[in-house]
Amino acid sequence: MTQSFRLESGGLINRDKKISFKFNGKNYFGFEGDTLASALIANGVHLIGRSFKYHRPRGFFGAGVDEPYAIVQLYRNGETEPNIKATEQELFEGLEAKSVNCWPSVNFDVGAINNLLKIFLPAGFYYKTFMWPKSFWYKIYEPFIRKAAGLGTASIKHDKERYEHKYEYCDLLITGSGPSGLASAYSAAKNGAKVILAEDKSRFGGTLLTSEVNIGNQSGKEWADSIISELKEMPNVTVKNRSQVFGYYDHNMLVMSERISDHLPKTKKFHPKQRLWYIRAKEVLISSGSIERPIVFGNNDTPGVMLSSAAKEYLKVYGVLVGKKPLVFTNNDSGYETAIEFKKNGIDPIILDTRKEPQSEIIEEAKNMNINIKNSYVVVAAKGYKKVKSADIAKISDDKEKLGSIENIECDCICVSGFWTPTIHLASQSGNKTKFNKDIDAFVPGISKQNEKTLGAANGIYTLEETLKDSFEKGNLLSKKITNNENKVSFPNVVEKKSAVHDKFWCVPLPKGKNYKRFLDFQNDVAVSDIEIALKEGYRSIEHVKRYTTLGMATDQGKTSNLNGLQLVSKIENKVVPAVGHTTFRPPYSPISIGAIVGREVGKHSKPTRKSPMHSWHEKNNAVFVDAGVWLRPRYYKQGKENLFEASKREAKNVRTNVGVCDVTTLGKIDIKGPDAAELLNRVYTNAWLKLPVGKARYGVMLREDGIVLDDGTTTRISENHYHMTTTTAQAANVLSHLEYYLQLVWPELNVNVVSTTEQWAGAAIAGPKSRDLLQKLFPNSDVSNEGLPFMGYLEGDLFGVKARIFRISFSGELAYEVNVESDNGNFMWEKIIEFGQEFKIQPYGTEALSTLRIEMGHVAGSELDGRTIPYDNSLEGLLSKKKDFIGKRSLTREAFTAEDRQKIVGVVPLDKKTSIPEGSHLVKDSNAPLPNPKLGYISASCWSVEHDNPFSLAILKDGKNMIGEKLFVMSPLKNKVIPVQIVSSHYVDPKGERVRS
Amino acid sequence: MRSQNEFSYGGDASIKRPELGKDVSDKDWDNFVYNRKSLRGKHWELWQHVSGCRQWIKVERDTSTHEIFNTLKANEEISL
Repeated sequence: MTQSFRLESGGLINRDKKISFKFNGKNYFGFEGDTLASALIANGVHLIGRSFKYHRPRGFFGAGVDEPYAIVQLYRNGETEPNIKATEQELFEGLEAKSVNCWPSVNFDVGAINNLLKIFLPAGFYYKTFMWPKSFWYKIYEPFIRKAAGLGTASIKHDKERYEHKYEYCDLLITGSGPSGLASAYSAAKNGAKVILAEDKSRFGGTLLTSEVNIGNQSGKEWADSIISELKEMPNVTVKNRSQVFGYYDHNMLVMSERISDHLPKTKKFHPKQRLWYIRAKEVLISSGSIERPIVFGNNDTPGVMLSSAAKEYLKVYGVLVGKKPLVFTNNDSGYETAIEFKKNGIDPIILDTRKEPQSEIIEEAKNMNINIKNSYVVVAAKGYKKVKSADIAKISDDKEKLGSIENIECDCICVSGFWTPTIHLASQSGNKTKFNKDIDAFVPGISKQNEKTLGAANGIYTLEETLKDSFEKGNLLSKKITNNENKVSFPNVVEKKSAVHDKFWCVPLPKGKNYKRFLDFQNDVAVSDIEIALKEGYRSIEHVKRYTTLGMATDQGKTSNLNGLQLVSKIENKVVPAVGHTTFRPPYSPISIGAIVGREVGKHSKPTRKSPMHSWHEKNNAVFVDAGVWLRPRYYKQGKENLFEASKREAKNVRTNVGVCDVTTLGKIDIKGPDAAELLNRVYTNAWLKLPVGKARYGVMLREDGIVLDDGTTTRISENHYHMTTTTAQAANVLSHLEYYLQLVWPELNVNVVSTTEQWAGAAIAGPKSRDLLQKLFPNSDVSNEGLPFMGYLEGDLFGVKARIFRISFSGELAYEVNVESDNGNFMWEKIIEFGQEFKIQPYGTEALSTLRIEMGHVAGSELDGRTIPYDNSLEGLLSKKKDFIGKRSLTREAFTAEDRQKIVGVVPLDKKTSIPEGSHLVKDSNAPLPNPKLGYISASCWSVEHDNPFSLAILKDGKNMIGEKLFVMSPLKNKVIPVQIVSSHYVDPKGERVRS
Repeated sequence: MRSQNEFSYGGDASIKRPELGKDVSDKDWDNFVYNRKSLRGKHWELWQHVSGCRQWIKVERDTSTHEIFNTLKANEEISL
């Protein structure tokens, strides 16, 4: 196809570089510097999608971030991205895009039947209709709505692109490089301030690129170019294009998304696709400009109806005609500027001005160019389905209530201007209390809450001279405050044409007998009639009206619709707009990619990985690892073709019959020193600690203040005032904070220091009937006999020249020891244990066998100490001292905690001794009882008992004390299982605890 | 100035733990363990510098604006 709507010359594009691209499978050409939108319009393509609700044809409405319609699915370098605005996407070689919201194709769309049914799809339709019957929701309504609605499709592939985060500090952050941004940046930079100037688009200059002005004897664009090139040379200035400041957070932190590679066919090697900047700025100058708002009229969503400023931008920046028979519909002078541009390029526009007799320099110029101007005229309705073909126009009475006779005039586009809305999003996000400015019918920033100021059009200042003056001054003053320099910049001579006052007119009344849809929100298909219904139904707050009708809730956040919506509500409610108020502006200003938010923290970089000093040994010996918090722990050591179940059974069995060794480095370790150490332990543990002798360990349980078990572990008295505490892997950090809390805030009088030593010690648990024989070989000079090192005893030994701590503690129910050495010697220790263990048939065992061993002997762990259980529930009530107070003791007297039928830990065995019991299953009395079947308890942990060679589980069961011997059912709706079981003691192995003491 | 993500929140700083070993009524105990005012506005809070010096500190913060007015060390008393 030819670019039949491209002018012979003009625009800021590079006509020497032709670029080919595809839209909906068809090949087109554009030029370097085009957006997808400008290239499509150049090729005469105006139908780009279907609307969200009624599936009406959609074209282009804007030329940038305000675009509500032209959303496409983008394909780039084998990846796809949904919801890209065609007006923002720069053209690159090989770009492919497809329409969204249409099925089967954009030209023939089944959903458009909604358009014929629109009388049945009013505001709140979804709320009202799909509520009943309830069972229809999942099966019928939701799948249908999902298929018919929804924008683009997210890729399910792993995103290969790299996204980065950057943290930056500056004196002044300036958001937007239009006249106010350039002027303020320039004067601040001259004072030596550290300035960041951010521009959302690829080109700097904002409206200076399209307006006919003269600054210091240069055109607007020339002036912008010279300022930018000077700023770029200054070491204290960072100038960024394709960078949108989208969020203003507390303490003057702003976040900016820099699109580094989105405009390229593929990301350059070692470059990120996007970079997110977290910027802390001493002062923020918001120079985000303003967005033209439409006038509302019948069928104003027809492709070809667009903002007049967008039409001008397509002409001046891209050399593209949005139409060859343009109709300009305006209530202010901006429409004239667009018409004049058309005329200059040999196209005859017609201007419909809602004003009766406006006079200004711009209007004078249009008249001198013989442009057809019709005053007190409005567009009643656009005609044409997939593209504007003509317009019904009429004269309007002075009170703007009555329409004259309808005339039809031919046109292929309607360029609308309903005046300008300041972009106050960032100011509002910062906490600024915005105020309504009657002169411009829009909200402007009011009193600042943080260090921000808004300049130029974003502040409702629409003349260039005033904007520049104010911006030079603000930039100078704010930077002077910071740098104490003052290098005044001379103010350039400004030539601009004066405008006449705009007309407050914003919505064309319906002609008698016609029921045209007049859209307010173009992306969410919200029409005037929808707001009227919402108000009739009693919705008053603008926030409620918004949610009920979805006005302004689309991805464009109502950039072109909010104010007209407010005008309508205030008109019907007979209130002034400021009394209605506006809805909250929330970041991001415009959608940003999830990838940019996540940055580099993906996959294994999402959290640090902690490895024990013995990790490489585990790797070499076929360990299969599992994540335990941020630790990587061996789950089992694979031999041959073994699976998890077979391997863990073998490893656990070997512990019960011979000896095994397990890496327990990950256990939390806290070193406690000081004369009051015993007193601290006595207060935080439930049992007594004052009389623990040196060289002895004791098991202890800690509670939270509410009586719930916080953690368990052993603590050993190393010397008079020195203790070594262990915690579970998961709770290590919490326990340390818990101790620090009491020491610093509650008992500052206690003379104790606590510090984490988790990473200072490597730990190996040696367990099994032959563990003592092995230990004797490892420590030939120590007395490790049952008398020399009894159960819960402690020794310091010499492991072939390495200092070691030996604890006789057991987590497996077997005779067992834990050996600790300094981390650097961990691997040495491990290799010695394996070497000397050979004659005792030692095998390493992983977390799976570790669990099996602790479950079948009924030792509680994280799945029982789950933040919901008290000591009694875990059969730990024997550890509650009656003689002393401790943290959480008072809570244990609560009624529910002392109930006769309080839940308690039990063992569970399937009656068939074969069926494995899924963890998390429920225990019930009657498997056939009607729902909701009363739940008596839940399975906390399951294993295959190697001692009894059948499945065994632990459960927390109501009245568990009296349930031993009972027959119940385990039900797992998730796995669709019902298993008859018998309740047994939780101590399934060695209930008297003889082995650990042997 | 340190980044907020180095700190961990510890709740209302004005709560005093009843002394160990002293009798506490059910009501007082409930107030200590459970009952907190969910204030909008200025609030004295505990924060711990977990990824730093491990000190618990008292911070007077506005719960709606996150503005910080005052900080105290663990052993300094709040004067309301």
